[in-house]
Amino acid sequence: MTSVEVKNLTKEFHIRNGMKRSTLTAVDRVSFDLLPGRTVALVGESGSGKSTIARMLARLEKPTSGSIDVTLDDRTPVHGSVYRRHVQMVFQDPFASLNPFHSIEHHVARPLKIHRRTRGAAETHERVVHMLERVNLSPAEDIAARRPHELSGGQRQRVAIARALAPGAQVLIADEPVSMLDVSIRLGVLNLMARLQREDNLAVLYITHDLATARHFSDEILVLYRGRVVERGPADSVILNPQHDYTKLLAASAPDPERMGKLVRAAGAPDRSGIDNSVSFNHYTGEWTSLDKRPVPVS
Amino acid sequence: MTNLTPTTEPSVADADEALAATAREEGRKPRAGWRAMLPSMTPSLVIGFGIVAAIVLFGLLGPLFVQDPTTVRNSGLQPPGGGHLLGTTQTGQDVLAQLAFATRGSLEIGLIVGVLATLLSAFFGVLGAYLGGFADEAFSLFSNVMLVIPGLPLVIVISGFVPQEQRGLWTIAVVLAITGWAASARVLRAQTLSLRNRDYVAASRVAGERSWRVIAVEILPNLLPVIASQFVFAVIFAILSEAGLAFLGLGASNSSTLGTMLFYAQNGFALQLKAWWWFVPPGLIIALLGCGLSLINFSIDEIINPKLRNVRAHAKRMRIARKAAAR
Ligand SMILES: Nc1ncnc2c1ncn2[C@@H]1O[C@H](COP(=O)(O)OP(=O)(O)O)[C@@H](O)[C@H]1O
Ligand SMILES: [Mg+2]
Repeated sequence: MTSVEVKNLTKEFHIRNGMKRSTLTAVDRVSFDLLPGRTVALVGESGSGKSTIARMLARLEKPTSGSIDVTLDDRTPVHGSVYRRHVQMVFQDPFASLNPFHSIEHHVARPLKIHRRTRGAAETHERVVHMLERVNLSPAEDIAARRPHELSGGQRQRVAIARALAPGAQVLIADEPVSMLDVSIRLGVLNLMARLQREDNLAVLYITHDLATARHFSDEILVLYRGRVVERGPADSVILNPQHDYTKLLAASAPDPERMGKLVRAAGAPDRSGIDNSVSFNHYTGEWTSLDKRPVPVS
Repeated sequence: MTNLTPTTEPSVADADEALAATAREEGRKPRAGWRAMLPSMTPSLVIGFGIVAAIVLFGLLGPLFVQDPTTVRNSGLQPPGGGHLLGTTQTGQDVLAQLAFATRGSLEIGLIVGVLATLLSAFFGVLGAYLGGFADEAFSLFSNVMLVIPGLPLVIVISGFVPQEQRGLWTIAVVLAITGWAASARVLRAQTLSLRNRDYVAASRVAGERSWRVIAVEILPNLLPVIASQFVFAVIFAILSEAGLAFLGLGASNSSTLGTMLFYAQNGFALQLKAWWWFVPPGLIIALLGCGLSLINFSIDEIINPKLRNVRAHAKRMRIARKAAAR
């Protein structure tokens, strides 16, 4: 089993804007641990540095400072080319993360070959089919021969998950894995990841801006704001009892179908849109507002 | 926001599903990567391909059937007809025979320059863009310098500098390749810059692919249409430039091309003597070849430019979506 210890991870980008040079601290002294069988959720608005953390963990970006230590059960460190066998990543956009030129088989077979998980073409093909079946892609033989544009978004993201697990990864970084998918299939993909995590005892970093799924699928939540962790703790307590103003804002702005329905009914919410175009209904707060964003009393 | 009207028009997302479904039903083999790279059959591709194929066949097989192009006869400047299908030159040489050999020579130059220029531009464009940093700065500065050096004068200077005896086919080809690769390198660099930031390239690095494999297997295949179009462009450039050089008397000394034919026609006062059969055929072949290759390039453009491709793909999807909705 593999664990990851992230300490004071910092990433600065140097931006050259004409003559001016400036430094952007995208990630500022972030620390957390990823343990087998547990999920840490990283929550934050767009641009808060979530993907940068994921990319540093996947060794696509070098940290400016801080450390990422990956160790096995007996505390022996993992580094060099073995690192990629242990730590794998699922990207946000399944339409961009598969090469349009290659077949699905290529995508899953390459990590198997690179990390010498299989010997010979027959065994590799067999394992590819097995991996595709594990992520509920069937008929696997048929899917393996297809190319990415012949699959739906959800199917592609399953292929991406199969590719990530192919080298035998123990640590999975999922960067907003369902945010580009249709709402109706998000839960299916998340449940699949949860099942694979149980089966393989994976350590998972689940990056999202959706507090509801963060609460449901993770043990610990870290709230990221402009590169800094502003709040952290067990999932339930962070959501139900947010301390930091930013977390409160996030929690309040998360669409909660139950609460919204009640508010709408309580207010009587007459449909005024047909009569009067100058008001609109805010589904998050359950209020009617005028064009200049002032609340409008419900008659 | 409040009232949702059900959409009557089937969406493209539906069409995607329907497309995949029909493909499954028909039990079609999914198109392999290579096949999707091929341009679809458009009238311009068919015409362009036909013209180029005819000229290539003529250049390849023609020299086997015609008379000896160098034989000098007493019957100079004969109009077409009789023993000579395209007449004779001032010195009584058969124009058709000369045309066949000249076409072959021009095609050879075009092919050699096309390959050399494409290799150079792929090296400087793709590698620089992928490596980034200093290599990119250096490579793109170099190609920019090569780009702003005016091509034809440089070619004239270099060709004039090389003594005539040594000015063979390969010398001319190398000179043309050196002056002709820079624009393509910039195009390839721009394309590579956009490709190398794609998630699938990052994903292949996360999977543990080595750099050369990322370039050769993940990036290069997606550049193939661009490279093909740059290759065709280089061939056009080479054939036209060589014709220009040869016409100025700076062509290859050991081979005959369409340009050298025009050069001799000009020197033999073909225009003044109204011997149209001497200069019209080579001129026509150059024009047709340029035209045919350009038509092919337009069709390749359709693969590269998603805007052009999507117009037709979208029409197809909508047809399928309507059919699926009607069922
Ligand atoms: N390669 C880069 N160069 C410069 N700035 C970057 C780069 N990558 C990310 N950033 C900046 O870092 C910040 C965090 O980005 P990102 O990690 O993608 O946020 P998130 O994934 O939370 O939306 C953003 O302000 C972004 O503009
Ligand atoms: Mg992101």
